[in-house]
Amino acid sequence: METIDQIFVSLKHALLNLAQAFLPQWIVVILSILISVTAIAVFGPVTMMYLTLLERKLVGRIQNRYGPNRVGFWGLFQPLADGVKMLTKEDIVPAGADKFAHFLAPVVIVIPALLIFAVIPFGRGMVAVDLSIGILFFLALSSTTTIWIFVAAWASRNKFSLLGGMRSVAQMISYEIPMVLSIVPVLLVVGSFSTVSIVEAQNGFNWFVFTPWGIIGFLLFFLTGVAEVNRTPFDLPEGESEIVAGFHTEYSGMKFALFYMAEFMNTFSISAIVATLYLGGWQGPWLPSWIWFFIKTYALIFVMMWFRGTLPRLRVDQLMGFAWKFLLPLSLANILATGIWLEFQAPANYVITFLILAICLFALYVANKPDIPKKRKYRYAYQD
Amino acid sequence: MAPFTSIATVTFYAVLLVLLGTAILTVTVRNLFRSAIFLAFTLLGVSIVYFFLHAEFIAGVQILLYVGAIMTLVIFAIMLTAKIADPSVAQSNRQKLPVFILIVLLGFFLISAIVKTPWKIAATPNMTNAVELGRALMGEFVFPFELISIVLLIALIGAVVVARSDR
Repeated sequence: METIDQIFVSLKHALLNLAQAFLPQWIVVILSILISVTAIAVFGPVTMMYLTLLERKLVGRIQNRYGPNRVGFWGLFQPLADGVKMLTKEDIVPAGADKFAHFLAPVVIVIPALLIFAVIPFGRGMVAVDLSIGILFFLALSSTTTIWIFVAAWASRNKFSLLGGMRSVAQMISYEIPMVLSIVPVLLVVGSFSTVSIVEAQNGFNWFVFTPWGIIGFLLFFLTGVAEVNRTPFDLPEGESEIVAGFHTEYSGMKFALFYMAEFMNTFSISAIVATLYLGGWQGPWLPSWIWFFIKTYALIFVMMWFRGTLPRLRVDQLMGFAWKFLLPLSLANILATGIWLEFQAPANYVITFLILAICLFALYVANKPDIPKKRKYRYAYQD
Repeated sequence: MAPFTSIATVTFYAVLLVLLGTAILTVTVRNLFRSAIFLAFTLLGVSIVYFFLHAEFIAGVQILLYVGAIMTLVIFAIMLTAKIADPSVAQSNRQKLPVFILIVLLGFFLISAIVKTPWKIAATPNMTNAVELGRALMGEFVFPFELISIVLLIALIGAVVVARSDR
């Protein structure tokens, strides 16, 4: 049990011990860093490849078709075929484009997506760097993605690209605020930014999602996370029925694939961070820690793909209204509720926090109720 | 661990060089939009310098606020200007000389202040502690904290007033 749990950690230690036998100490330190970096640099793209297959298969099932099943068993080699196709496609740069920015945007957008993997605790002791600002690092890097989407949109010199880029900026700025605020309750309770100590604080079955503020925080963070990675129902920046493909309309071949890669890696890392913050990360009984982590993360990814197969796209005004009029007040109320939860003792705090949040939810529901006009009665002229 | 620290030092100076390069490009490139992109890289570089100096919290906040929020606003503002990609936009104007003198003065004062300040260096790099940070903000530094909050609130209300459509 213990060996399977620590299999990757012991593998790294074995490699380092082997190196220590005939290499000086400082090379071993660099080697130790390189092993973590390589593991992440391989893990990110491979995850992205198979998430595309998973998404196509799942959406296929939801739409009552098979999805890709020609290349390899169950279509398992489809991502490789897609990769070959993407690499061999012609790279087209529009004549009016800003060539420098057009090239830069897809290349740089992948970097934050990959760097976020460094602070995700994949299992007990399986984190590349236990930064003391782990969650802040994640927030900071995910906020930089907006610029590169906008640079791509602007550099393309295309109406649809620019519209997609503007939508994306408006959406990401709006949803970033409730996103950051929905993390604050966890920081209040744990008292640390480190992802490792956040997971350790949810020891046993004390997952934060089982508390009143936790369930609200979980829903808030998950929904804003879905909006941050531009997935349905928040996929206005690339709504194909309205603005062709949004900000990556003018991208083809590998540059397009890089945008796709960043989007899918962000999907994975958002799900992983939601699991870390609210679902106890790698905590869980019986199974090895990293298997628990992947079960939770993929369950959340599955929900995102389920959204895509089920929900229609939001309208722009609905999207903004949802962020500013519903999510933002709720996340502020949630911080207050968490503060009260910390002040009181065990049975009382559940009741008080639950009551506060229930009242807030009800008030927000009433305040946000859409104004549905009365049904008009049409009368024919010859009546009465 | 001597080779290790020397590698760190070399990397640090390499980062500083790249930072200077992007900073110079920011003020010399003729295209406004590219200039904004280089500014984003410069701000990222500054946060990397903070990481090197074990100021992780400031580094994170630097990326979150400057690169994530302010740069997005800057790019948005540039997009709304008329001469967005006109290469004939001049990077300087007739007030070059007075501005240069002012900047030299400012630089002189900043450098002399930096040199005069006795910088206390902690023996061990202390880790970012969220609890202590919060206590410091609400205890020792409560006045500046509240002052900044009020300034931000005023800016917020001002933005709403400016953006409100006339009835």
